[in-house]
Amino acid sequence: MSYIVQGETGDWEVVCGLEVHAQAISKAKLFSGASVEFGAEPNEQVSLVDAAMPGMLPVINEYAVEQAVKTGLGLNAKINLHSVFERKNYFYADLPQGYQISQYLHPIVGEGTVVLDLEDGSTREIGIERLHMEQDAGKSIHDRDPRRTFIDLNRSGTCLMEIVSKPDIRTPEEAGAYLRKMRSILRYLGTCDGNMEEGSLRCDVNVSVRKVGETDLRTRAEVKNVNSVKFVMQAIEHEAERQIDVYESGGEVVQETRLFDSGKGETRSMRAKEFAHDYRYFPDPDLLPLRLDAAWVAKIEATLPELPDAKKNRFMRDFGLSAYDAGVLVAERETAEYFEAAAEGRDAKQAANWVINNLAGALGKLGLGIGESPVSAAGLGKLLDLIKDGTISSNIAKKVFEAMMETGDDPEAIVEAQGLKQVTDTGAIEAAVDAAIAAGENQVAQYKAGNQKIIGWFVGQVMKATGGKANPQTVNELLRKKLAG
Amino acid sequence: MSDLTDLTIAAARDFLAKGEVSSRELTEAHIKAMETQRGINAYVTETPGIALERADASDKRRASKDLKGAMDGIPIAVKDLFCTEGVLSTAASHILDGFTPPYESTVTRNLRDAGAVMLGKANMDEFAMGSANVTSHYGSVKNPWGPKDGKDLVPGGSSGGSAAAVAARTCLAATGTDTGGSIRQPASFCGVVGMKPTYGRCSRWGIVAFASSLDQAGPMTRSVEDAAIMLNAMAGHDPKDSTSAPIETPDFTATLGQGVKGLKVGIPAEYRMDGAPDEIEALWRKGTETLKAQGAEIVDVTLPHTKYALPTYYIVAPAEASSNLARYDGVRYGLRVEGGTLDDMYLNTRAEGFGAEVRRRIMIGTYVLSAGYYDAYYLKAQKVRTLIADDFRQAYETCDVILTPTTPSAAFAIGEKEDDPIAMYLNDIFTVPSSLAGLPGISVPAGLDAGGLPLGLQLIAPAFDELTLFRVAETLEEAIGFDAKPEGL
Repeated sequence: MSYIVQGETGDWEVVCGLEVHAQAISKAKLFSGASVEFGAEPNEQVSLVDAAMPGMLPVINEYAVEQAVKTGLGLNAKINLHSVFERKNYFYADLPQGYQISQYLHPIVGEGTVVLDLEDGSTREIGIERLHMEQDAGKSIHDRDPRRTFIDLNRSGTCLMEIVSKPDIRTPEEAGAYLRKMRSILRYLGTCDGNMEEGSLRCDVNVSVRKVGETDLRTRAEVKNVNSVKFVMQAIEHEAERQIDVYESGGEVVQETRLFDSGKGETRSMRAKEFAHDYRYFPDPDLLPLRLDAAWVAKIEATLPELPDAKKNRFMRDFGLSAYDAGVLVAERETAEYFEAAAEGRDAKQAANWVINNLAGALGKLGLGIGESPVSAAGLGKLLDLIKDGTISSNIAKKVFEAMMETGDDPEAIVEAQGLKQVTDTGAIEAAVDAAIAAGENQVAQYKAGNQKIIGWFVGQVMKATGGKANPQTVNELLRKKLAG
Repeated sequence: MSDLTDLTIAAARDFLAKGEVSSRELTEAHIKAMETQRGINAYVTETPGIALERADASDKRRASKDLKGAMDGIPIAVKDLFCTEGVLSTAASHILDGFTPPYESTVTRNLRDAGAVMLGKANMDEFAMGSANVTSHYGSVKNPWGPKDGKDLVPGGSSGGSAAAVAARTCLAATGTDTGGSIRQPASFCGVVGMKPTYGRCSRWGIVAFASSLDQAGPMTRSVEDAAIMLNAMAGHDPKDSTSAPIETPDFTATLGQGVKGLKVGIPAEYRMDGAPDEIEALWRKGTETLKAQGAEIVDVTLPHTKYALPTYYIVAPAEASSNLARYDGVRYGLRVEGGTLDDMYLNTRAEGFGAEVRRRIMIGTYVLSAGYYDAYYLKAQKVRTLIADDFRQAYETCDVILTPTTPSAAFAIGEKEDDPIAMYLNDIFTVPSSLAGLPGISVPAGLDAGGLPLGLQLIAPAFDELTLFRVAETLEEAIGFDAKPEGL
């Protein structure tokens, strides 16, 4: 897939890298024991360390380290057994220490890869540059009062994993696919809940453009806080166009930080390089270098779940699913698990169709996640069994499924209660077939004249007469026999 | 019984144990002494109410034979750098105006748990930055050995209030903290014992940070034995401080009385400075001869990177301080001076809240960490720091302990050197190298200069070998028999 912007001076391509900030799932903060639960009242989850009281010291949360290592392993990345926490110094009201403890020269995770599943079923590898751990800042609330700013330190000190990609992304679609895949992997691993609305997954995009055929990278702009897949794609499109316009009107793109305005769909400058902070990074003297034991890392590796790529390959191999279907099913761990339970011992392709089309469609209408589905995987499996053993037709199954979505009842009970059992009694069907032929003189003539499609009219009549319960195969066989005679 | 305020901890403990004195009597005597000696300005905050409450509690425990620990009932002063629960804790800075922490530092918690009685918070140089206790927002501390020629003398710094309080007999002992000499140098100036443990021996939790990789709490006392007793109560691994050493704490009094026979005492050639006063040289020689006479073997050692220690220190310490002090921004506690914008509020608060020396060090520290200067200053300094530590490691292959003067001079007059920061920084020339190496050191009063002012000798031991340090220090103390006191005491 390529994304080429035709400018006045020629064709341009886009070069992007993403920085994803993922809040690690952990009960406590990175360097303090305070809780990190979402939704608490302002400043309720602030320890003495988080508020940077005099004399307070950070102590590393071992579980947060485990989560970072697990994430690194899930990104097929190198785990650095020696890493260093440094201080990134700057003043802001919601940064109590006056510095953020982060990792700079020696991150805990090095290079890795993420495989993108693209719309056309193809895949593409995007390189991971690094993952490092850092503290989140608090929140400044500017819109509660015309003159004052309020500070909420609940988020202060929460553990973030900053995952930096290589500049391998070439299209807005790839950026979207990357973010979706990253979210999927993190959720599979249980290291980040991926909730972009609550801010536990945030994204900055580095964008530059260059003429097709150029190999060097041009100056990039960093677009901050683009917090949905849609916005990431929009921000890249707009930023690329802006930069191309700058070059084509004889200007130069400057290295700067820009903010994406999702209302206007454009980016605007936050601060240029000359106003950039000098963060004065230096190793935090309150913390020893982080040394990991290779055996400890191996132990974590042994607990990794089957990740989306492996699952997708297995679904394709074992169930004969298409790359696209398998990709859709594995995107969310719950969906994949639901599918596997429903497909167990059944026609997997049929199960896949039901999950991808009928179930996903119905849940989408109700605004429910798969975990909240009124139809359980076992229920859907039973429904598939009823189709298979001829109790109901596929058409009736859709009706039964609708009822299941509404009531959550067992499909067999619904079929029984609503009398939806398929009619296979040839005598009853034959009567309906005879009646249809008798009523359709015209149609019989057309059929005899060679219009095979008209048979559908007869099927419709029979189904109407039997309340849709006639076995379609029997109906077809009888019609052909009688019309031929 | 001798004067209650002139006891050592060891002697006071004996009297308490025999029931010849109560902690309340001991504490009341010191509260009175604090009042009498207010002129030296050794305390930022006196806490007589807390002291009497804790003294009574101690007496009650003693009555029910349920003593807490080795310091039970002993009245002490606490440097104002330690956060003390419910008691104003200011680091002698305007910027911590009104700051009363809801928590107790680990070291003072340990002392409380050992039964110690806090008399008050000792004055100090602002944020422990200084060598003369003239940078305190609460005014200079006067050395009880002064005035001299009509001029008040500095007590040294930054633990100047602690040293003066111990020397003036207003407490039996005091906590200090040492970053580049802040315990040992004022101990030398005030004629008391000051001991800096190995970095990592005492928890830094709850101590207002100056330079995190150097700061270390230690005891200031009137005898080596007292220092060992008090360190027993202060030290110990603390999971709340990641740099606190996860090792067993020995009984620091265990080697007292063992003498120095068979020990090798190293004399580093590089500490013989051109232009140093003769009496410093003479004092050093006296110390050397004394230890030799006690059976130690004297060996020459070399610490070749000594001359780089002071410049290295004045890069590393301000760098860390510039970052450590960023939290004093007027947003959450302490002083706030309003401004039109957030940046103005920062500028106004920090310009008014920090004194000149603190501002100077923040600026030096910010500069050496800046883009383009980091490699030339901070990174280079870290490399030199490693070399300095290596010097000591190699020296200890041929000796057990190193003997040097503590300071290049005796106490000077308040006002001197104040317009010359470099001259002021030179006070710490003998104490800074071992601080950079994280080693334990102790200053023992060893004599008087021509003007009758005390001078100390410093002993430096390998990391975590405080047992050897105390053993040699006690021998030196015994043999020299320093018994001079400030006039009028």
